[in-house]
Amino acid sequence: MRRDAFDPTPALREIRETDGVRTMVNSFGMTVYLVTRHEDIKAVLSDHERFSNGRPPGFVLPGAPQISEQEVASARAGNLLSLDPPEHQRLRRMLTAEFTIRRMRLLEPRIAEIVDGQLDLMEKTGPPVDLVETFALPIPSLVICELIGVPYDDRDDFQQRSARQLDLSIPIPDRLELQRQSRAYMGSLVERARRQPGEDILGMLVREHGDELTDDELIGIASLLLLAGHETTSNMLGLGTLALLRHPDQLAAVRDDPDAVGPAVEELLRWLSIVHSAIPRITTTDVEIAGVAIPAGELVFVSLPSGNRDPDFIDSAEVFDIRRGAPGHLAFGHGVHHCLGAPLARMEMRIAFPALLRRFPSLALAEDFADVPFRSFHFIYGLKSLEVTW
Amino acid sequence: MRVSADRDVCISAGNCVMAAGAVFDQDDDGIVVVLVDEVPESEEAHAREAVKLCPSEALRITD
Repeated sequence: MRRDAFDPTPALREIRETDGVRTMVNSFGMTVYLVTRHEDIKAVLSDHERFSNGRPPGFVLPGAPQISEQEVASARAGNLLSLDPPEHQRLRRMLTAEFTIRRMRLLEPRIAEIVDGQLDLMEKTGPPVDLVETFALPIPSLVICELIGVPYDDRDDFQQRSARQLDLSIPIPDRLELQRQSRAYMGSLVERARRQPGEDILGMLVREHGDELTDDELIGIASLLLLAGHETTSNMLGLGTLALLRHPDQLAAVRDDPDAVGPAVEELLRWLSIVHSAIPRITTTDVEIAGVAIPAGELVFVSLPSGNRDPDFIDSAEVFDIRRGAPGHLAFGHGVHHCLGAPLARMEMRIAFPALLRRFPSLALAEDFADVPFRSFHFIYGLKSLEVTW
Repeated sequence: MRVSADRDVCISAGNCVMAAGAVFDQDDDGIVVVLVDEVPESEEAHAREAVKLCPSEALRITD
């Protein structure tokens, strides 16, 4: 999980260049297998039969309080990331229509409007401002709230909860309590949607699949979308802006050349790889990766930043170069769990980065680079804040 | 060149539409649709890219 500003820790590179796969002790004190090469990561993520997202009965994290089987099942319902096919595909298919490329094009004007609204606010406030608070977090938050049907006015509570749920420095019992609060909150929205389904994803799920879905499943689906919609794009917008500020010629290209934007977003996704690891998989049988034997029942972590900086995948992998476009990067994962919201994340970034840079062509850091607070010990990498001026 | 798509395996990531919008599309449910019988020569590189990028390996070059 450690990083050196934009770069993955050198230890990952060392593993990738030598053994490829190595056992490590994770933050819970469990021994896990860490996979670091691009091709091996793809192989793991595309093989859901041997590398499962589910957890065998009785599986508990060390340090986690005893929870009844019923609560475990209830908390797991609807969470696509803890399900394997065919159950996973059944739920995912209910949502895919909401994230098609065509649907994203229809959303484009509304996203642009939201972006402009935040830029107006920034301009009114005047420099210096915290870009995370005024731009990077509110844009994806407003978009996902509108899409799911979550009142944006409740944001203070659920933004706090979603950030803390993924904060690895917070003890597991506290994070479980946060998860309970999140589910209770989402439960109230599900109840409302059951009574009066709106023109949003919750409303659509109730209207079209209400008979096939339990309340727990609806809560699980909506909670995952809310969490994923917040914690990913917002960190990409904050960290991505900082990356561009540190590479002024590439920043100028994103600002001035509309054709540069799409490839730049892909390269930012690759180079920053804000998700440290895909959801850990459990081996369902004895397997071998990069010549390393892994017995059944072991946890396998795949390092997405390492895979995306693998020179066997892409030349000059350590270099940030928006012109290459980085097709085939693993920032959204791979296999059946490939990010459902990828088209939305791409659309948000393609609109937000150039809009920000055009509104404030002289955008600059208002603090020393060495003082920028990077977010460590968190499931998703990013910045705590980013003071900018113009 | 011809391509085929396994609609049961498709997970609607949209990468194929992004890479080769003249060859692949998504139906209203987000599931992949192949738009052409024969991939025009000018689109072959894009179509190959799309096959390579598909995260669920739902696409094949058939001949």
